Amino acid sequence: MKTQRNAELGLLAFAMILVAAYGATVEANRIGEITPTFWVPAALLSVLFLGLHFVVRFTAPYADPVLIPAVALINGLGVGFLRRLDIGDALSEKLPVPGIFAGIGGRQLAWTLGSLILAAILLLVVRDHKVISRYAYTLGLVGIVLVMIPAVLPSSLSEVNGAKLWIRLGGFSIQPGEFAKLALVSFFAYYLVRKREVLSLASKRFLGIDFPRGRDLGPVVTVWLLSLLVLVFEKDLGTALLYFGLFVVTLYVATERASWLIIGLLLFFGGVYLAYLLGASVGGPFANFYDRAQVWLDPFALSNYERLGGSYQLVQSLLSLGTGGLFGSGPGAGSPRFVPEVQTDFIFAGMGEEIGLFGLSALLVVYLLIVERGMRTALNVRDSFGKLVAGGLAFTLGLQVFVILGGITGLIPLTGQTTPFLSAGGSSLMANWLLIAMLLRISNASRGPAASGAGSDRPGPGPKKAPTQLHGAMTEVIQP
Amino acid sequence: MNAPLRRAGVVTLVLFGLLFANLNWVQAYKADDYRTNDFNRRVVVAQYERPRGVIEVGGKGLAENKVTDDALKYLRVYPKKEIYAPVLGYRPVSLGATGIESSENDFLSGESDKLFADRVKDMFTGNNTGGGNIVLSLNAKAQETAYKELLDNERGVKKGAAVAIDPQTGAIQAMASIPSYDPNPLVSHDEKAAAAAYNKLLKDDDQPLLNRATQETLPPGSTMKVIISAAALSSGSYQTDTEIPAGSQYKESGAVIRNAEDEVCPGGEVTLKEALTESCNTGFAKLGVTLGRDKVVAMAKAFGFEDDSMTIGNLEGGGLPVAASHTGAIANPDGSVDKGALAQSSIGQRDVRMTAIQGALMAATVANGGKQMRPYLVQQELSPDRRTIYTASPKTARTPISESVASDLKDMMVSVVENGTGTKAKIKGYTVGGKTGTAQNAVGADPHGWFVGFAFNDKGEAVSAVCVMLENVPGGHASAEAARISGLIMKAAVGGGGD
Repeated sequence: MKTQRNAELGLLAFAMILVAAYGATVEANRIGEITPTFWVPAALLSVLFLGLHFVVRFTAPYADPVLIPAVALINGLGVGFLRRLDIGDALSEKLPVPGIFAGIGGRQLAWTLGSLILAAILLLVVRDHKVISRYAYTLGLVGIVLVMIPAVLPSSLSEVNGAKLWIRLGGFSIQPGEFAKLALVSFFAYYLVRKREVLSLASKRFLGIDFPRGRDLGPVVTVWLLSLLVLVFEKDLGTALLYFGLFVVTLYVATERASWLIIGLLLFFGGVYLAYLLGASVGGPFANFYDRAQVWLDPFALSNYERLGGSYQLVQSLLSLGTGGLFGSGPGAGSPRFVPEVQTDFIFAGMGEEIGLFGLSALLVVYLLIVERGMRTALNVRDSFGKLVAGGLAFTLGLQVFVILGGITGLIPLTGQTTPFLSAGGSSLMANWLLIAMLLRISNASRGPAASGAGSDRPGPGPKKAPTQLHGAMTEVIQP
Repeated sequence: MNAPLRRAGVVTLVLFGLLFANLNWVQAYKADDYRTNDFNRRVVVAQYERPRGVIEVGGKGLAENKVTDDALKYLRVYPKKEIYAPVLGYRPVSLGATGIESSENDFLSGESDKLFADRVKDMFTGNNTGGGNIVLSLNAKAQETAYKELLDNERGVKKGAAVAIDPQTGAIQAMASIPSYDPNPLVSHDEKAAAAAYNKLLKDDDQPLLNRATQETLPPGSTMKVIISAAALSSGSYQTDTEIPAGSQYKESGAVIRNAEDEVCPGGEVTLKEALTESCNTGFAKLGVTLGRDKVVAMAKAFGFEDDSMTIGNLEGGGLPVAASHTGAIANPDGSVDKGALAQSSIGQRDVRMTAIQGALMAATVANGGKQMRPYLVQQELSPDRRTIYTASPKTARTPISESVASDLKDMMVSVVENGTGTKAKIKGYTVGGKTGTAQNAVGADPHGWFVGFAFNDKGEAVSAVCVMLENVPGGHASAEAARISGLIMKAAVGGGGD
């Protein structure tokens, strides 16, 4: 089995060349000339990614070679676009072109460094992904706490643009939900591996579909309630969809039972519709959701457009994308500052004006590549826990991309999600790089010689008893 | 677990497929819509990248540009402020444009197909030449006189309008409305300040944003008698010296018609010409009832009443919208003719409503031998480098009366100014004709004062037709002040200066 580390290096070099070219085009369009230092951000990023590449080379040599270059490309373009915003802002204020470490572009560069260090630490410390299952309940608790914190905190400490998803301390803000999804995937995977037989065997047949018994619905209903609480109290459909979709899909993968999918979808859309109806009639905590649905249904209506917190953002996002058209105005030649929150939630719309439908489609393909590589890792890895974690993480990433991009393009109601690897912000970048590190770790197991061999005789200090313990735990079968 | 994993992979593929399809919808199918959408600020910024065309009168710019150093490069400036505002309108950053600024927007902004060659040239030279320029038909002196005299009227009237037209071409010589407004704050690049200024004007009870010359319809009073006279003369049964029944009082189906003063046509009969000269209410009310509703309504329509599609601007289309003037139904609930209403309508009361521009068109039609020219404001369109692209070629809009009827009516109206109620409109060296009107409106409110008229020079050419309307004139003889201002406007329009 080849390690394909050199392929990774080659792809990484190609990605960094694209990032450098993007930076050069931005300068040509925005400043009017290509400065002698245009290559520096790309070079700095190259050094950082190269560092991760070497960590992978030594700790996970058989890891998937496409993941790092693909993510590096998106991350690099994100830094490039944020720097482009800095340059545009400075020039419109008649200030000199800002330095490489200044502004949001510079901060994103620093966040990238931090994220890569975290990812490297994870790869160095966790030499076998199955170790994580030992801390599953702790992680589950941590996940739920992270989800709940913003809901419990007063709005002044947790609300940004109508969505309570943050912990704000001074000038610093963290989105705990970004990290929560990692913890929750690990917990779900562990829980489902233990319970899968109960959930998949005990059943009642109704209308030709096997439905689970009432008492086994407990955990599903718990997670459903949790996500609805998120929907109502954190005012965020996207996050609710993310958690619930994540749970239902891991449940489905673990049990191979379509009935779970049907139950899950019915519960979720039923809940959403109920929240919509309640928002229309009762208002209160549901009103925000109802308003967002109205905005989605008719963003160009004057009543929605002129209302505070109405469709202004969405409309400006659509107009930015539409102005870009097929080919875009070229990097640096658009007016992204007309789009509110263009450095975070709406970064895709801001880029869309400049790189056009073709550029955005290419970005979509890169995202899809990352997700499908994660799915392939899940398919290939031998142990159930690894399958569920990899599958769950990959699916969550795909779902998050769908939720935010669907939101800003008017496909689904808009919710405040970050665009993975692209949006400015440390929480999102760190959490998603940790996610990639997990996928790298699992893909190392799935592609490495150990995967085709005996199972757990891999090198490294990982505890070898974990898998047996895990498989031994699958015996809580209660026959009907 | 691999089968469901594969299916989950397919689900993500489908979700991304949806994203891709929707992106195509937004960036390809709807792209043009979004690119030019009113909410799209890029459109605004791009529009302010090149100087907008100048709107001018007699070589002087009335809507010009000033270079700024903010994000929007050019600021629109209206040096004459209130005087031309009802005609020019204004073009704000985010509110809707009005007036000629709105109707000629394509040409002024340079987006018009007529300026295509200039745009192509720009592409090669890299210049941003401005939009096309508009030369208005207005006569600066007449316009300034109209606004100043309305504003400084001797009765302290706050609301009113004046229009002057060249009867032979339809070119608008003056169009003023009081109270007016300064358009400059409305086009401020500080959009909040602009919106605040706009809202303040909107809340003003005197409605300064309303162009009273084209948009306000009021009871025309005795000016309506021009139409009744036209209907009578056109019927063939009446000459200017035909005796018509009059008297100091006339009762018809519950309506009582009296004359303005006791000495007006107290006798049993009076000639048609005398009736108009003295503005005999009873005579015209009876005449209207004798002619019948159909003839009265048809003649009003022939003069342009009930036309709600009229715009005044470019003869090729577009311009300031004009509210339709109405005669009202003049009918009982069962649809039969309400004779009382007909009697009242014949002296311009009841439900008859007229715009000032319609009044001026009436006088212009009489002066122009029965042919009503289509009114216009845009005399010329000039390219950015001042090549003439369009010059107005006058068009006949309608011919409500024959040349001989027009000639008789002209004599009668001249008599009004020479010997009757309109003597204040006289201009030295010109033959002036017209008709006054004093319209009762709400109970206890002062009447509106009207004057419609025309002036002929010593060669016998019709040179100007005018209508002045003053709302709620205190102190009696409401139309006298309107006649005086009409005379001054026409004098300015024909080039007579001073006194």
